[in-house]
Amino acid sequence: MTQHPPEAHPQRPVLCVRGACKRFGSVVALDDVSIEVNRGEILALLGDNGAGKSTLIKCISGVHRLDAGDVVIDGAANVLRSPADARSAGIETVYQDLALFDNLTPAQNFFAGREIAGPRWLPRAMRFLNKREMDEQTRALIRSLNVSLPHLDGVVALMSGGQRQAIAVARSAVFARKVVILDEPTAALGLRESRRVLDLIGVLRDRGNAIILITHNMEHVTELADRAAVLRQGRKVGELVPTRDNKQQLVSMIVGA
Amino acid sequence: MTGMDEPLEREVAEPRAGAVANSERIAVAVGLKMLGAGAVLILLGLVLALSFLSPYFLSSRNLGNILAQTAVICVVAMGQHLVILTKGIDLSVGSNLALASVLGALSFHAGASTLTVIAVMVAAGAAVGAINGLFYVYGRLPHPFIITLATLSIAKGVALQLADGRAIPGMPPAIRSLGQEAFAGLPGSVFVVAGVAGLMFVVTQSTVWGRWMYAVGGRADAAVRMGIPVSAVLVSTYVISGTCAGVGAVLLAGRTDAGSPLFGNLLELDTIAAVIIGGASFLGGRGHIGHALIGAIMIGVIRNALNLLNVGVFYQLIVIGVVIVVAVEADVLRNHLESRMRVLRAETGP
Repeated sequence: MTQHPPEAHPQRPVLCVRGACKRFGSVVALDDVSIEVNRGEILALLGDNGAGKSTLIKCISGVHRLDAGDVVIDGAANVLRSPADARSAGIETVYQDLALFDNLTPAQNFFAGREIAGPRWLPRAMRFLNKREMDEQTRALIRSLNVSLPHLDGVVALMSGGQRQAIAVARSAVFARKVVILDEPTAALGLRESRRVLDLIGVLRDRGNAIILITHNMEHVTELADRAAVLRQGRKVGELVPTRDNKQQLVSMIVGA
Repeated sequence: MTGMDEPLEREVAEPRAGAVANSERIAVAVGLKMLGAGAVLILLGLVLALSFLSPYFLSSRNLGNILAQTAVICVVAMGQHLVILTKGIDLSVGSNLALASVLGALSFHAGASTLTVIAVMVAAGAAVGAINGLFYVYGRLPHPFIITLATLSIAKGVALQLADGRAIPGMPPAIRSLGQEAFAGLPGSVFVVAGVAGLMFVVTQSTVWGRWMYAVGGRADAAVRMGIPVSAVLVSTYVISGTCAGVGAVLLAGRTDAGSPLFGNLLELDTIAAVIIGGASFLGGRGHIGHALIGAIMIGVIRNALNLLNVGVFYQLIVIGVVIVVAVEADVLRNHLESRMRVLRAETGP
């Protein structure tokens, strides 16, 4: 199998997973997987169902803990015990199920778990919400990302699939400082809505984030991704720079043919 | 000519289809607004109808009665509301209140001061609530129904055992006057209700903790991934519900000048009904303190009205049961309308 090794980047990768192993009972979900991403780069994470993509990103976003291996962020090995740990390390995740609160407004969703509140001398949970500031920042963000959300004070339950996806992606933009992980962000969307979300991913990259993108859409991979890593049965089977010409090669790596 | 007609027709036809969808959208929006304000409208209608049906209904004495009788339901329903907000249920509030009142009466007879008696009742309520919350969350129980059903039984049993199955008369004068006397024309218990309501309103609407309660009630697994301390939030709602039962014990013990293991019978039903009737969602994540208060007052008004109209006591249970079904159906209808609204918005654009 011919592989194009990724070009050596002069900069240090912002996220580096080394020798990741994870098993659930007797099932080996990840077997010695290593990936790395640089700032301003989009890494597509490919693989068939059950290949270990979701397990890998759950380990990076703190939902699962690795049995062996390291998650190295900006050169320092981190132990991510919880999603809160990952978020405070600068890693934001857009989950496949969006993890939105239907009963809250977009602004309340953006700042869930990260509320702007004061005064500082109170314990965090007892602080008073600074609603105006959160609304203000939400409006500014929506404007800068060029997302069209007509009902900023309505609850998310009343919004369309594309709008909800945009809210989930935009939420990651509020706090992402280093890495944004997106798990099949366009899977449930129509053409026009997919386009908007892809543009949004481009904006997140241009802001200097490293992006890990899980998708089954090869068009999106060749269009957006700087590199593609392929997992199969918990192992990394290859990595290459996706182009129009090697799409077939990627697909055969994914299915193992 | 014909070449001109076609595009013209299409231009006319499209806005017409849009107009149909738009008018349905408006209808759905109006329906949602009505459901949102439903409880208040029904309460107003009820009060209006009763003021015609009975000359006594609007008398200040009767209104004072309603408030005094409803105060306990109001306070306990506000605690119940927080539990329901996080998709839970607290069946133990009635027994919890009974146990708290018995412990209060016993401590009074053992020579405790007024403040200590109050503290004993409130702390006892909070303790039972803490047991509920801790077992539910850390005992990994599938649903709070189970643990609160257990503590319903246990607290009742302990209260009956401690009081030897009878009411224990006697409460400190200050607690008595809080439950029985009027201040500035209003029953003392009304001020307690207002105080608790004010505090709860600020906590749920203005603090980070309150926002977390709504997030946990909306979607607990998402709340975990957003780094919200879900376990602590859940336990806190049961502690607050128990504390409210303790405050309810103070009010009821004051009104009756006794602590009794028989207090709080079916209070879990009244408070759950109040929250649902008031318009909070049984599915979690929706509603505010006002809903619990409106629901509790509505239950008080219905009871009072049936009394004034000489309808038998047994009918009261039936009527309240029917009202609960109506309220839950309204909740279901609201969810249906909301998903319809989502579809319409997706079709016609924002």
